Amino acid sequence: MTRKTRRLWIVIACVACVGSAAALTLRAFSSNIVFFMAPSQVKANPPSPDRTIRLGGMVMAGSLHRINENGTPVNAFEVTDGQAAVEVHYTGILPDLFREGQSVVALGTVQKDGGFTASEVLAKHDETYMPKEVADELKRTGKWDPRFGKAPDASSWDTMTAKKAGG
Amino acid sequence: MFGPEQGHFALALACVLALVQFAVPLWGASRRDARLVGLAPYLAVSQLIALGYSFLCLVMCAVSDDFSVQNVAANSAVSKPLLYKITGVWGNHEGSVLLWTLILAVCGGAVSLFGRNLPDILRGRVLAILGGVSAGFQMFCLLTSDPFDRVFPAPMDGQGMNPLLQDPGLAFHPPILYTGYVGFAVPFAFAVAALIEGRVDAAWGRWVRPWAVAAWCFLTCGIALGSWWSYYVLGWGGYWFWDPVENASLIPWLTGTALVHSAIVVEKREGLKIWTVLLAIATFSFSLSGTFLVRSGILNSVHAFANDPARGVFILALLAIVIGGSLALFAWRAPSLTSTGLFSPVSREGSLVLNNILLCSICAVVVTGTMYPPFMQLLAGRTISVGKPFFDAATIPLTLPLLLAMGVGTALPWKRAQLARTFSHLYAAAGIAAVGLVLCFWKLSGILPIACGALAVWVIAASVSDVLRRIGIGHTSAQGVWERMKNLPRSSWGAALAHIGAGITILGLCGMSQAEHAIVEVHIGETRSLAGDDWTLLDVHDYIGPNYKAMQADIAIRHNGKLVTILHPEKRDFTTQSQTTTEVAIHTNFITDLYGVVGDRHGTGKDTTYVLRLHRNPLAPWMWLGGLIMAIGGAFSLSDRRMRIGAPKRAAARNMARA
Repeated sequence: MTRKTRRLWIVIACVACVGSAAALTLRAFSSNIVFFMAPSQVKANPPSPDRTIRLGGMVMAGSLHRINENGTPVNAFEVTDGQAAVEVHYTGILPDLFREGQSVVALGTVQKDGGFTASEVLAKHDETYMPKEVADELKRTGKWDPRFGKAPDASSWDTMTAKKAGG
Repeated sequence: MFGPEQGHFALALACVLALVQFAVPLWGASRRDARLVGLAPYLAVSQLIALGYSFLCLVMCAVSDDFSVQNVAANSAVSKPLLYKITGVWGNHEGSVLLWTLILAVCGGAVSLFGRNLPDILRGRVLAILGGVSAGFQMFCLLTSDPFDRVFPAPMDGQGMNPLLQDPGLAFHPPILYTGYVGFAVPFAFAVAALIEGRVDAAWGRWVRPWAVAAWCFLTCGIALGSWWSYYVLGWGGYWFWDPVENASLIPWLTGTALVHSAIVVEKREGLKIWTVLLAIATFSFSLSGTFLVRSGILNSVHAFANDPARGVFILALLAIVIGGSLALFAWRAPSLTSTGLFSPVSREGSLVLNNILLCSICAVVVTGTMYPPFMQLLAGRTISVGKPFFDAATIPLTLPLLLAMGVGTALPWKRAQLARTFSHLYAAAGIAAVGLVLCFWKLSGILPIACGALAVWVIAASVSDVLRRIGIGHTSAQGVWERMKNLPRSSWGAALAHIGAGITILGLCGMSQAEHAIVEVHIGETRSLAGDDWTLLDVHDYIGPNYKAMQADIAIRHNGKLVTILHPEKRDFTTQSQTTTEVAIHTNFITDLYGVVGDRHGTGKDTTYVLRLHRNPLAPWMWLGGLIMAIGGAFSLSDRRMRIGAPKRAAARNMARA
């Protein structure tokens, strides 16, 4: 075994491993990347029902109610970004920090009827915290300008104009 | 005596001492001035004393409820139990950076004390590098996140700590995890010193390995503890989020594991030198980036403490200097290091090379999965995320050959192996693995869990059979076996233990992939069944705790009519912080965890219903048990006489004294 052949073996092993790692990564990326969408984007072009997305926005105040589907409790609430609202169904215990009028991120799929079935609902530890994606979306649509204080109550968004939010 | 000003002064003093510790020995080493180089250990120890005093001051501020200190006012309260007043010191950004630098100083002190047998110049350079890194972090602490800042007027009471963090598991998680992260600074310093010196030999490998193994043990414990915490505190039934912060600890663990293995080749065969030096640099760089990811808010996650851009920029600059500088030095000096030991692809060295390539491939996948989303956001403006499905699909197929190689590797001799002979040692293990495969087919579902489970059995069986073969079971008399057991180096026992621990962890993960859960809404007295067990909600009652109101449920679990246990999950309402926490109830028999969570109460009077989440988690405790066994294996091999620094020299001195 000379130095050269040993090096050849090592190079072959490296190429094989790194190559398969790259192939696996790409394959996993193509089927498992989760895009973030705001409710208005979901309404405008709904993704296919087999595609998992992250839906983010504020929980519309007064929209939370429970449905009982064959003994399993389902939480239903509306998530809004101020332009559109999407009805979310979630089976399970809502996180401790879930509140109406506060921001939320839900992981799940959009159904054919336009509803959203969540497999996971995230509300962050800090009650003044808003997920970055949600804050960006609010700023982009002109519903909220952080220079003028706290984000407005979610229930008012659908009727609110950008001017009112800023002033 | 222990006021915040004294602490602040001691921190500044430690920073100056660290700067001197960085500059003087390096200068002395280049001038070959033994006196200047000899100063390094004294500087390192005095820096440690100053920093220890500073940390003690901060602890005293917290214990004595000095709310004129901003950090204490923001994170403590009079009503907090003493234990959490102390551990709360590192439960926030400023305190955790101070803890980080303290651990780095402890590493420097340890090198000074235990490294007496190192060549003076090498020890001076190692301490200088550690001092440089220390100085950077202490400056970060002083300039951007001073833990001793005063606040005026001082509030009457502090704001208290996040109740979620008031938990004994989390209290000791950061020090252990940080010791793991920071411990890799020592192999890093050794690597940089070796690059400056331009020489890496077997002795260098022998000096570096114990430090790498010690850091690896702590990191393993830290990761296991963190995962356990998220399992029993967060109450979501899972154990690993694939959250950026968790990945930040997994990445250095992967490269650190590779480093621990490749250093063996340097020590025994003087091969893989350049690669080992690079791994040492990479591991510490990943550790540093891990802190950076947590602290800077580039990657927001549940764990993030601070979102302050000034801190982010400072840390980024620090990272650029440390990582960029060491990599530049590597590029410049590495070609002067030449490997000697030749080996055939089928040999112990060959299997260790394969181990390194596979671990680094897995690491590359995890890095890609962690970094791709923030980069995509930065470059393309699209918000994406990747989660468990991605990491499962990309890492598990790479883990399978790694597990296979783990079993074969320890049975191979150095330099060149005869395949037929090696396989003859592995028949028994292969047989047991085949039985394991059948069991897995019976108990598990899914191709990857079955393959992983069978290979984990294979790893355990191969490690056990390797030890049995070495101590000569079946070949020699009981007396001979006992002699061989005593003579088998502790590092071999340690390696076998660590491999068995890894196998147990993998088995635990496979078991958890079969976890079942149900979310039910029930009246009091109602029974639901999950996976063969009947869960009955007996009663729910309210009570008032020290600083919270709680709702406690009693859930009886029966198996075939026989009572297994009664769980008491709680939901606690912390009024001062207006926060709710979930107290999970877990019953374990070390094979299956029964895990209950109580959720919301709905309705009134007779119609009151409660939402419960019930989990049945097979083999869950094995995941952390395996981690613990891995760490114990590492500690065991650390106690090997050959691993203790300078042991040969000391033995020679003793022999001379005897003669």
